[in-house]
Order: sequence, then structure tokens, then C-alpha cells
Amino acid sequence: MASIRNRASTLAALLVLLGLTFWGAISPAVADPLDDALAGFTTDKYDDTEKAIQGVVATAAPTGKAIFEALAAGRLVFDPESKSVLIKDAAGKLTLAKTGEAAPADLASRPLKTVRANNRIRRAVEAASGAFELQDPNPRKRIDAARAVFKSRDPAALKAIETALATEKDAAAKEALQQARAAIILGKADAPEADRVAAADLVADVGDQDALAALRSLPPGSPQTVKDAADAGIASIERWLSVANAFQDVTFGVALGSVLLLAAIGLAITFGVMGVINMAHGEMVMIGAYTTFLTQRLIHSYLPAIDGASLIIAIPAAFVVAGAVGVLIERTVIRFLYGRPLETLLATWGVSLILQQAVRTMFGPTNQAVSTPEWLQGSVSLMGVSLNWNRVAIVLFALGVFFALLLLLKRTSLGLKVRAVTQNRRMAASMGIRTPWVDAMTFGLGSGVAGIAGVALSQIDNVSPNLGQSYIIDSFLVVVFGGVGNLWGTLVGAMTIGVANKLLEPWAGAVLGKIILLVAIILFIQKKPRGLFALKGRFVDA
Amino acid sequence: MRNVIRGALAAGALAAAAFAGAASAQAQETIKVGILHSLSGTMAISETTLKDAMLMLIDEQNKKGGVLGKKLEPVVVDPASNWPLFAEKARELISNQKVSVVFGCWTSVSRKSVLPVFKELNSVLFYPVQYEGEESERNVFYTGAAPNQQAIPAVDYLMKEEGVQRWVLAGTDYVYPRTTNKILEAYLKDKGVAAEDIMINYTPFGHSDWQTIVSDIKKFGSAGKKTAVVSTINGDANVPFYKELGNQGVKATDIPVVAFSVGEEELAGIDTKPLVGHLAAWNYFESVDTPENKAFIDAWHAFTKNPKRVTNDPMEAHYIGFNMWVKAVEKAKSADPDKVIDALPGVEQANLTGGVSKMLPNHHITKPVLIGEIKEDGQFDVVEKTPDLVPGDAWSDFLPGSKDLEADWVGKKCGNFNTKTGKCGGQGS
Repeated sequence: MASIRNRASTLAALLVLLGLTFWGAISPAVADPLDDALAGFTTDKYDDTEKAIQGVVATAAPTGKAIFEALAAGRLVFDPESKSVLIKDAAGKLTLAKTGEAAPADLASRPLKTVRANNRIRRAVEAASGAFELQDPNPRKRIDAARAVFKSRDPAALKAIETALATEKDAAAKEALQQARAAIILGKADAPEADRVAAADLVADVGDQDALAALRSLPPGSPQTVKDAADAGIASIERWLSVANAFQDVTFGVALGSVLLLAAIGLAITFGVMGVINMAHGEMVMIGAYTTFLTQRLIHSYLPAIDGASLIIAIPAAFVVAGAVGVLIERTVIRFLYGRPLETLLATWGVSLILQQAVRTMFGPTNQAVSTPEWLQGSVSLMGVSLNWNRVAIVLFALGVFFALLLLLKRTSLGLKVRAVTQNRRMAASMGIRTPWVDAMTFGLGSGVAGIAGVALSQIDNVSPNLGQSYIIDSFLVVVFGGVGNLWGTLVGAMTIGVANKLLEPWAGAVLGKIILLVAIILFIQKKPRGLFALKGRFVDA
Repeated sequence: MRNVIRGALAAGALAAAAFAGAASAQAQETIKVGILHSLSGTMAISETTLKDAMLMLIDEQNKKGGVLGKKLEPVVVDPASNWPLFAEKARELISNQKVSVVFGCWTSVSRKSVLPVFKELNSVLFYPVQYEGEESERNVFYTGAAPNQQAIPAVDYLMKEEGVQRWVLAGTDYVYPRTTNKILEAYLKDKGVAAEDIMINYTPFGHSDWQTIVSDIKKFGSAGKKTAVVSTINGDANVPFYKELGNQGVKATDIPVVAFSVGEEELAGIDTKPLVGHLAAWNYFESVDTPENKAFIDAWHAFTKNPKRVTNDPMEAHYIGFNMWVKAVEKAKSADPDKVIDALPGVEQANLTGGVSKMLPNHHITKPVLIGEIKEDGQFDVVEKTPDLVPGDAWSDFLPGSKDLEADWVGKKCGNFNTKTGKCGGQGS
């Protein structure tokens, strides 16, 4: 049913395309058919709206493209009384859908109703405007349009594909068009057998999920040769996909590992290096996420020109805010409790509850929306493995933060002092290092890094007062598993846990997978209590 | 440990409330209304709103002169998203505070934990959230949707309007999704869907890494048949799920997701642009255009002093439930639980979507079922509404164990009457 509808609407789209090609020749005065078509928009029924779309396409109305754009954006409106259909532009200006002229003032003051669109209508609009894009001057857009046809395998699009193929100059676009054509011919029962066999091979070469779907949905009664070619294609794709899937699981694991690394890396400093059991660590992450939210909102209202960069600006902001809160906590609470782990645990846990409730009071208990900038949306497909820009960015970001921190600890004067104080406090003090100042700076550094993690996590998780709670356990797990006091251990620990989790998930399920992993870690800690990379030799507690 | 401290804090707050309550009770005789919603912990995100909604409804009723000439007095407690604490707080409300009625609970497990208390102390609970059904108790009135008032119509819509043939049933791992999915699976098979066209997936509470599952859904959807996801994913896990859908480019026109736990409140925390067209099934949407709804939204904005606060389905359920209770008290001329329980079935109350809901003998109510598509502004566009109100069915007709059961607290005085054996007491007794 759906495919018939799609077919009809795409066919109609082709007609409009042809119509538009000869637009100049046709007189702009359109007779009654357009009125009839537009009337369909005013009944508030999806069936009629869909017919109206086809009707508009069939009349090749010059305002057609504008009508579809408005419909998709929810800006096509009508007056229930006079049944006139109007296009509202982004600024709210009304024009008549029929002629494109400005609407008379008396219409604009009426209570206008929006023509509603559901998924079915949106699909019809997409199909209707998709045909325009096969002729788009931008080759990227043409490839996307061809890919869409490859996916839908809509026989009605064959004509448009062939027309586009005849004039296509760009090699990549040409290939995409040929593949789209093959996918249609493969499923066409009345196409010559030899063409269909060749098409099956061409489709199989694409080698992704959509190709698999195309090969699997041969119409019944296809000749044996076509079936054989399709089966061979399915077998080769499946062989490849099983390899690709394993690789995909690993990439998911690395992505999860990076999230864990980001969440844990601040803790690797406060807990790993300084030995403070900091239960408020998760709240530093949360503060970073809320700082991102605030930064984004401020930039959106005062400097909308640099909206896309708000996330980048949020990174130093989150570092400073979370770092400052960290220094404050260290100066007011933790410095009195060095060497008393149990009291530190209780005190920092109290601090975490205070911070949570403070945020809840200030921002409310509900989630806050942090938007993802354009350049982080979408994904890229590499040999059947799809990588999200979002995740790729988090992996790179996590590694960047990790190495920056490593460099800071190994190569700067502050890093040298930090290491000196943690290894032998009294010796460091007698060498003239202000140890309380170093303590405060180290704790601030760890907290600031946690804040930076919050910027990244705001892209994939809830920004709510509970954000920190969901990461505190995982963070401790990573640091303890990797080996307390060793940054490299944190990196390897996070990646191991991430990848193991994602390799277990497909066959054990999310719930059981997590349990298996926890049991495995408990057993591991039994065997090696100091984690993967235990510090050897003398480790003098501060 | 954490709960101990929370409990202590809550107890402190309660003691303070009790003092305040005692002081005002001396001034004038009132009818006390208990509000049992979590104000802290993981469920605070959803339940805090319901507490505010109840306070508003009570405030409005008092401005109209209260009930039976007495003012209503709200008693708010915080069970802190802690299930055993729900039972303790319920006991305190009924025994110590002597409330006449309690409005509260969100999760099924919290409702199950307070049930014995309400039975033992014989009080009345109004439960405002959609749930899995398979229950009907004398002391509980269910103003949220039963599965036949939400899940089944949603699946019907997808079959009819989107031509869906392949189904992913994804849920959080607890009783509501498991039971709902069991009912849906039986229903789909009843409709001729093959077993290999149904994929069922459960995730832990607060699951935040959806990469594998979303990619599995994509794979499942590439078999050449139209695929849809029916989501009973609960609470905070929804935001990362929808974000991952957007990231992996799953559009509503390819694989639509229909959710039973995502409303206006949950969407307020998401960048909704990539979600346009995904669906939700409820009995109320804020975007429904009726005079009653407009008045309710205006009152809500005025009460919270925040013009951006959204309204949602469980709020409407409390609106209906509270007004039904008021009518029943006036009908019985008493707030005594036994009299109110007898007076409630048959009480009618206009809902906010332009119909009149009625309390049924099985303690569920009639409701319209609405399907909405997510719009860019985080509101829903109603794409389908059942022509008539759907009566809530306590025992599903699609599960072998509960097919023959019937709840009738008026004639048969029984919550699980077995129509085959003709006896009261089957499953769930």
C-alpha cells in the first residue's frame, strides 16, 4: 500500500519536474485543476492532503516547490471559511498558494489553520521534492538523492534517474545514479533477465544494509538466474558484514571507552594522584554540563553569529567553573581531612548531595536541552561501518584531554610539584614548595578536567541534576581497574571496559552484559588488587 | 546508606509539616488530602510536577469554597524515589495525618509497595500514570491508561497509517515494559505478525549508551519491510536514546518510534529537531485545542508563575481523578473512604480533550486515545484521536491467564472475577 502511494507521488513529482523544465513556455495563469488540488489541503484529512500534493504536482504549479517547502515546515495554512490556501514564510508574511501574490489583508486577520503533516505526508513531500534534487547543481546533493532512490527502489523514479544519468558529468554522482538504477531494475519483474543479473552484481558491489534489503526483496516469480545472482550477492555481503559488524562493535567499544575515560580522568588525578576519595566527582561533571548549557544559552541570545562555536567556548568555561568549585571544596572541606579516607568519603558525599540539590533548586528538576552543533551531527559510512561525527569527536577529544594532562604532569613546573608533593610531602615542603597551594591546584585541575568531561557528556546524555550519579561508579571502576596513581592505567582500563562491554552486549544483552563485566572485574581485582598497572616500589601516601 | 540519610531528611521535613498541619487544624476543621510523590531522587524529575499540579487543584477547589463546606488541606510527603519508603509514608499519611484520600505514586513498583497499606488501613489511592494493567483493587482508582487505552491503539495506528510489518519492542527492564510487551507480542501474533518480525529488547534503568541497540534496530529495519519501534523505555534513559537515534540518522520517515513514556515534560530536555515525526500515544496532549485545556494551562502557568512550564498526561489524570473524588464526596456527603469508594463508580467528569470521562465499576476510567507526532517546538501534533472514549480494561484480553478475568466492584464486589469458573479470585488475588 505504502509503496503504491510512494510510487504515485514520485510519478507526480516527475511530472512537476518536466513541467518546471518547460516552465518558461507555460503561461503562469493556471486554470481550475490547481484550485481543485489546493482544496484537498483544507479538509484536514491526511488522505486528502496526500491527494492534494499529487494534484499540485500534476498541475505543475509554479508555486509548487514553495508549497511543499511550506508544508514540510508546517507553514502552509488555510482559511477554514473561504478555503483559501496560503503560504506563510519564515517571517510570518502570507502569500496566496495559488499565485504567489501577497495575501489580501482581510484573509491575514482570519483565524487560519495549519495544514497538518504526519510521517506519511512528509514521505510524500520528500518524494515529490526528491526529484528536484537529482538535478541539483551541487553534486553532493545529487549523490544523496541517488542514494535515497537506491534505498526506496521506487520504479517510478527510473525515468528521472535515466534522465539524470544521460547528462551526469561527476564520476561519483554517476556511480551513485547507476547503483540506484540497478536497484530499481533488479526488482522490476518486467525488465530483461540479463539486465537484472547484471544489476544484482552491481547492487551487491555496494555491499551495505540497503543493498542487502534490495537483494532480499526480489519480487516473487523472478527467474532462477536472477535469484542465483542475488543469493551470491547476499552471501558475499553477509560475509563482509559479519567482519564489519565485529569492527563496528569495536568502534562502539572505543566510543564508550572514551566516555568512561573522560568521566574518570579527572578522578584519576584527585583520587589516583592525590588519594582523595572524591564522591563529588560526578557533580563536577554535572557542573561542567550545566556550564555548557548556560554558555550555549548566553551565546544564543547575545552572539547568535557564533552559535556553532558555543561548544568550543564552553570547554574553557567549564574548566574554569568546575575548577573553581573544586578549589573551593578543597580549601573549605578536604584540606582538613587529608589522611582520613573515611571522613573524606562521607564529607565529599555530603558535598555531592548539596551540589545536586543546589542545581535542582536553581535550574529545576527537569532536564535542560543542550543542542548539538551542525558540524557534530550525522555520520560517515566507511566500508559498511558507520561512524558518528559525534562519537568520533568524543574519542579525539578524550585522547586530546588525556595527552594534554599527561604533558602537564610530566613537562610543566606545576606537574613536577604535584608529583613531588604526592611522592614525599615533607621533602617537597622542605625544598620550598608551598604544598597547600599545590594541593588546591591539583584538586582544582582534577575538578576542571571533570568539568570538561561534562561538556562532552552534555552531547550524549541528560543534562539533569542526576547526571553525575550515573558516572561516579563507572569512574571509580575505571580508576581502580586501571591502577590507582597511573594515568596510562586509566586509559587502558577505560578502553578495556568499553570494548569488553560492547563485545558482550550483542550476544548477552545490555542487562546481562553489564553483570558479566562487573563479575569479571571483581574477579580481576581479587587477583590483582592494585589494578592493571600497579605502581611498583615505594609509594609514600600523602 | 544514602537512603538512610534521605529518609532522615524526609522525616525531618515531615515533622515540620506535621507541626504546621497541627497548628492549622486547630483553627478550622478541614478535609486532608495526602500527596505521595517523590520530590527527590531519580523520580523527582517526573513526580515533582504532579505534586505542584495537586497543590494547584486543591487551591482552586478551596477558592470555590472547598468540599462540603470544609476547606481541603494538602499534606505533602516525600518518599524520595525509594519504594519501601512509599509504604512507610503512606502509613504515616493515613494513620498519623488522617488523610481522607491520597493522590500519588508513579512507578508500578511504588504502587505495589503501598497496596497492602491501603488495604489494611482502608483508604483511597488515586494513581495517575499509565500502567501495565493486570490489577484492580478496591482501594485504588486508576486514572492513567490501561494497555488497551494506550499501547494497542498505538500499534493499530502504525499498522493502518504507516503500514508497519516489522516491530521492535524496546523497554526498560521492569514490570511495566515486560507486561506491556507480553500483551503487545500476543496482540501482534494475533494479527498475523510472524515471530521473526518481532524483536524484543530490554535495557537497565538509566541506560546511557545506546550505540549497539540503535545499530541493531537499523539492521533489523533493513529487511525490506516497514519497521517501527514501540518504546516503553522509561525516565532518563529516553534522552540518550533519542540523541543516538538522531546521531545515527534514524529518521521518523524511515523507522518511526512510538513511545508510551515520553511526554511534553521529557521532551523539554531534548533538542527536538532530529526527532520530528516520532510518535507518542497518550490520553492527553498539551497541544489539544479545547477551552477546558486552555483554561487549565493558563491556571497552571499562573500557579507556577512560569509561562514555559508544560502540562502532561498524568497531570490531566490527576485533574480528572481529583474532580471525580470531589464529586463523589459531595454525592456521598462524606469523605469517609468506604462511602467514597461506593460513590465513585459512575461519577462523570469532563476531561481536558473535549470528552466526558466516567469512573467504571472496575475502578478504571474511560479516556480518549490520542496519537501525537513530535513537533520541532517539543509539543505534539495530534494525528489521530479515537472517535469514542475507550473504557479501561483491567485484565488484558490478549494474555492467556487474564482473558477470563473481570473486575467489578459494584455488582460482584470483586477485582478478579473469573467468568469461566464463576468465582471471585483468580490470578493476582
